[in-house]
Amino acid sequence: MIKTNIDKTAVEEFVCEAPNNQVKKESLASNFKYLIVGTIFGIVFVKAEIISWFRIQEMFRLQSFHMYGVIGTAVVVGLISVQLIKRFNIKTLAGETVSIPNKTFDKGQIYGGLIFGFGWAITGACPGPLFAQIGSGFLAITVTFASAVAGTWLYGAFKNKLPH
Amino acid sequence: MIELIKQPWHWAVAGVMIGLTVPTLLLIGNKTFGISSSLRHICAACFPADIQYFMYNWKKELWNLFFVVGVLLGGFIASQFLSNPNEFVVNENTVKDLKALGITDFSAMMPSDIFSVENIFTLKGLIFFVIGGLMVGFGTRYAGGCTSGHAIMGLSNLQLPSLIATISFMVGGFAMTHLIMPFIFKLF
Repeated sequence: MIKTNIDKTAVEEFVCEAPNNQVKKESLASNFKYLIVGTIFGIVFVKAEIISWFRIQEMFRLQSFHMYGVIGTAVVVGLISVQLIKRFNIKTLAGETVSIPNKTFDKGQIYGGLIFGFGWAITGACPGPLFAQIGSGFLAITVTFASAVAGTWLYGAFKNKLPH
Repeated sequence: MIELIKQPWHWAVAGVMIGLTVPTLLLIGNKTFGISSSLRHICAACFPADIQYFMYNWKKELWNLFFVVGVLLGGFIASQFLSNPNEFVVNENTVKDLKALGITDFSAMMPSDIFSVENIFTLKGLIFFVIGGLMVGFGTRYAGGCTSGHAIMGLSNLQLPSLIATISFMVGGFAMTHLIMPFIFKLF
């Protein structure tokens, strides 16, 4: 009896994959800067046609370089930026040291990765473009979005039963 | 200038801007780039249902929800005010392949044959919206990230698990496109 109580209240260590590592507290209003970065990001998604189902089909059919160019360039720019930040110990606006958590390998990256790949080819969207597609007025995608939230919930519900 | 912005953007321009999102988020607030986590925060905020995976202080990760609302807003702005005045172009080989599968509309970024509101309550809607969406949400969380968190942020930080995840995304996509999708289109 007591044991079940302990199990129930034991809080799993929270590992967010895209965490907020800022120590200094932020006001609600300070979140608007992420809204602005997100807005620019969404404009890029539409203008470079990354939200297009056809561009994803071209990619998986090896019939266009476009998506490979976008992702490849983004990785190179991201890589150089992260290395510069580390090398020169560039601080954040709040004066903190930049911290990026390391990822640890588990089989979920393979199984989950394959499942996401299936879904990516069908919907023509990874999670980012889903939001931009809805913003662009493709209203049917709200169903895809709700299903993606449901899929996330199902993972949380069955996480302990899945091989990792 | 505005005419230039309205044209479809070159992959290098988009790649540089997306890549710069990584240091921007790190430097303005020590935030690690990743979009699919927002779906987890939505679950944690709206229906945690006593599931341990959703029992955490999601308010600390509110920034991520602001970010994705921004992406939605950006989609709206780009489509309303910066839309391409010219014809949408799809690679001719892709057009040929997709015509063979039954796609007829190549005029917009999403073919209306599939992605129209009328299809929501049909078999097409079930497969392309519901099952597809479930796989995107379930798979990204199972993999611990999506194209942004693994392929861009993870590879930028030289993480081997992210390389494994990215390869799995691509293998899954190729398998669906070439092995499974031809059968799906035979259903309609």
